Amino acid sequence: MDMTPLVDLGFLLVTFFMLTATARPDEPVTVDMPSSVSEIKMPETDIMLITVSKDGKVYFTLDGKYTRQELLRSMGERYGVSFSDQEISRFAVMSTFGLPIGNLKEFINMGPEERKNVTQPGIPVDSANNQLKDWIIFSRMANQKVRIAIKGDSDSSYPIVEKVVNTLIDNKVNRFNLITNMEMNKKPS
Amino acid sequence: MAEIQQGGGGGKKGGKVRAKKMSTKIDMTPMVDLAFLLLTFFMLTTTFSKPQTMEITMPEKPKEEDKLPEVNEKKVVTLILGANDKIYWYHGITDPKVEVTDFSANGIRKILLKQAAEIPGMILLIKPGDDSRYKNMVDILDEMNITNMQRYALVKITDTDKELVKESNL
Repeated sequence: MDMTPLVDLGFLLVTFFMLTATARPDEPVTVDMPSSVSEIKMPETDIMLITVSKDGKVYFTLDGKYTRQELLRSMGERYGVSFSDQEISRFAVMSTFGLPIGNLKEFINMGPEERKNVTQPGIPVDSANNQLKDWIIFSRMANQKVRIAIKGDSDSSYPIVEKVVNTLIDNKVNRFNLITNMEMNKKPS
Repeated sequence: MAEIQQGGGGGKKGGKVRAKKMSTKIDMTPMVDLAFLLLTFFMLTTTFSKPQTMEITMPEKPKEEDKLPEVNEKKVVTLILGANDKIYWYHGITDPKVEVTDFSANGIRKILLKQAAEIPGMILLIKPGDDSRYKNMVDILDEMNITNMQRYALVKITDTDKELVKESNL
């Protein structure tokens, strides 16, 4: 039996899936998102993602290698923590984190495996010490086009989400995205 | 004479010694196995569905000197998101009658559509309580999209509202 066409097709598909596959960035927490009928797709670039986990911790990430470098430099200046060039370039390729700025240096210097085992306390959002506010301000300075998305867990309590939303509004961010799953059975009656 | 010798067997007549002709077909089975293994792997790990987003625009923080617009209380419907996925709602502001409902299609959606038909220019105030979940907020905003409500606002819950919920005993 001539298998050539079969093999051709097989490899074509392999190539296709390999090229379209994007490595999923590892996240410190699994978030079970609520669903909605909204059909707006999430843009892929220029995203600032604020994750709210089930236990009320806030995590932060921003995309773009150079924006992240700039962000960490200005955050370091703001809080009087100096980061070396090496630390800055390591931070540039990191994924989501949820730590106060004081613990960040230590976290950057860990290996990728070690980082997974650390329990992160979340970024402080209290009115007395609102570091999320500065992350937002400096991210917007590093990348003017940045869009803000909130990824919350279905079961996270509202007051913590409210704190995040109020932080955004206080910084004149009035338009933002809530990331949801797609819902099929909820059609308008 | 110029004859072309057919067949490879005629080595004895002074022609070149040829290696025994091998079959050009190779066994492709392991390659195919591998290809399909990879294919299956990438197919299963690829997620095509990009996450959906819900775009919300919050009003700007009112400045000190801004005069807040006055609304007719007859047009106001308040929805309070409580614990255990309950929605407490009432119409008007003075001496309201609090009722309770849920997020099902026969619950809040029916009420919204009915009230919208009865009250022209209805304004909805959504007040998520301290014990409500994030899901409740997303669900109610989603419900606003589904029922095509034009005027709604996400407002902080007041102590009066908390009292009302407590008193209603629902």
